[in-house]
Amino acid sequence: MSTAVAPTTASASRTAPAPIPMRRILDTELRKMFDTRAGFWLMASIGIVATIATVAVILFAPDSELTFEMFSTAIGFPIALILPMIAILSVTGEWSQRTGLTTFTLIPHRGRVIGAKFLLTVFIGVASMLVALGIGAVGNIVGTAITGTPTLWNVSVSEFSLIVLANVLGMLIGFMLGVLIRNSAGAIVGYFVFNALLPTLFMTLGNLQDWFRDIWPWVDFAWAQSALFEGSPTAEEWAHLGVTSLIWLVIPTLVGLRILMRSEVK
Amino acid sequence: MITIDSLTKTYGGFTAVDDVTFTAEAGRVTGFLGPNGAGKSTSMRIMVGLTPPSSGSATILGRRFAELPNPGREVGVLLDASAQHAGRTGREILTIAQRTMGLPKSRVEETLDRVSLTEEEADRRVRNYSLGMRQRLGIATALIGDPEVLILDEPANGLDPAGIRWMRDLLRGFADQGGTVLLSSHLLHEIEVIADDLVVIGQGRIVAQGSKQELLAAAGTLARADQAGALHRALADKGITATTAADGAVRTDAEPAVVGQVALAAGIALTELRPADGAGLEEMFLELTAASQREGHADLTSESENRKIA
Repeated sequence: MSTAVAPTTASASRTAPAPIPMRRILDTELRKMFDTRAGFWLMASIGIVATIATVAVILFAPDSELTFEMFSTAIGFPIALILPMIAILSVTGEWSQRTGLTTFTLIPHRGRVIGAKFLLTVFIGVASMLVALGIGAVGNIVGTAITGTPTLWNVSVSEFSLIVLANVLGMLIGFMLGVLIRNSAGAIVGYFVFNALLPTLFMTLGNLQDWFRDIWPWVDFAWAQSALFEGSPTAEEWAHLGVTSLIWLVIPTLVGLRILMRSEVK
Repeated sequence: MITIDSLTKTYGGFTAVDDVTFTAEAGRVTGFLGPNGAGKSTSMRIMVGLTPPSSGSATILGRRFAELPNPGREVGVLLDASAQHAGRTGREILTIAQRTMGLPKSRVEETLDRVSLTEEEADRRVRNYSLGMRQRLGIATALIGDPEVLILDEPANGLDPAGIRWMRDLLRGFADQGGTVLLSSHLLHEIEVIADDLVVIGQGRIVAQGSKQELLAAAGTLARADQAGALHRALADKGITATTAADGAVRTDAEPAVVGQVALAAGIALTELRPADGAGLEEMFLELTAASQREGHADLTSESENRKIA
């Protein structure tokens, strides 16, 4: 058991090490998103789910509907569910798995670590949408070749950009919940409450209460977000998105960050 | 060097750390001793910036922890060996530390070797580690940056006797090379064999501090006689306060020579007369432990086990 120990030389004339650059924090934080089984399979599931959805469209969709739009929609739906989980776990893991004890002593600036996680969340959101786009394109080519129908590229760059934006916003909701709740299970439950319960609540309220009907679009984030999937949103729809994002995304994130910066890491 | 100055931490009405002041010197191993819940871990978390203090300050190498540009290169920290992602391998955890600190890749292998974790163990996920292996991994994370200062919270927990001996040698070597070591423990005998200086804390307050020699020397005299009661009275007649333990040992702050004179004058035959060594410190520590009303009994058991090891 006992090995010969070569102790550290701690001379008096040590030079202070260089500060940790942001690039290195990004590098390790990205690594931490992949290097556990859960993290790895969550990432891999984006490709797997996209492939399964593509194959399903080829097998089950009517030939006339084998369009690029059909493939994008089929792939986009499950991915929109996976991405926020990645965002949630990247933040909450530091608390739920208590790795924060090491992370925040190696980098005693929580803002830098959380900032890196934020940038990576956006990066992964965009990158995984590009992967999905590629898989969908292959599906479209292969699918229409099998059925002999004309290959239809009916998703424009601007439409795709809006879908990417919608997914990144969905991820940031996950990020917000992670920062605010700082517990994996709690934040995931929070996400389903936010995504399933809240829109239902708004719909019930909107159908029963006249006064609510006018302010409904200004408070329902999911509704405002859904406009992004339907092509070109109007100026009013952009305004809805801006206001609901402020209420549900920006303000809770800032509140969460404020608490997170001052909280104890145990 | 670690300098703690009037550090206080309150939670609502509860004072976890109460006006704690001490210095851990370079070249020495400082033991931070106290029963569970005494405020050791809270103090250590404040030192490394994980918990904000209510008042007072803690500096390491003359700077607040958050001001260190790359803390892992200057201060090795182990607060809780179990606070690791159970799904990562030991090697992966060390690699993250190595990359964060910007160290050469070879340092991972070297450090694994230094804490005696085998290749096979390093590739295992931490959920399958024993507590002793987690401690070794935690110590590896603390050592990988080649720091000047080590802050270790209960590092001997879960180590087997050989592991404790190994850690003692490691920390001794580290301090002899000019490094500063602060380690906490709730076991007196564990820390007695490693530390040069002791800081004893109970209920958030420092109750004793100094070099190990000082604290042990201040322990007074232990005497035994067939008539313990008579000896006790004879001492009291001379104005010397003494305590008589259940086993008949009479303990006093007076010098052994004085106790011998008193016994001779009173015609009492002593069966034992010697400096009390650590007995006073141990008694004080046990009182602290009992006062905190927390696993006082369990501590006694594990301490006697540890004594055999030491």
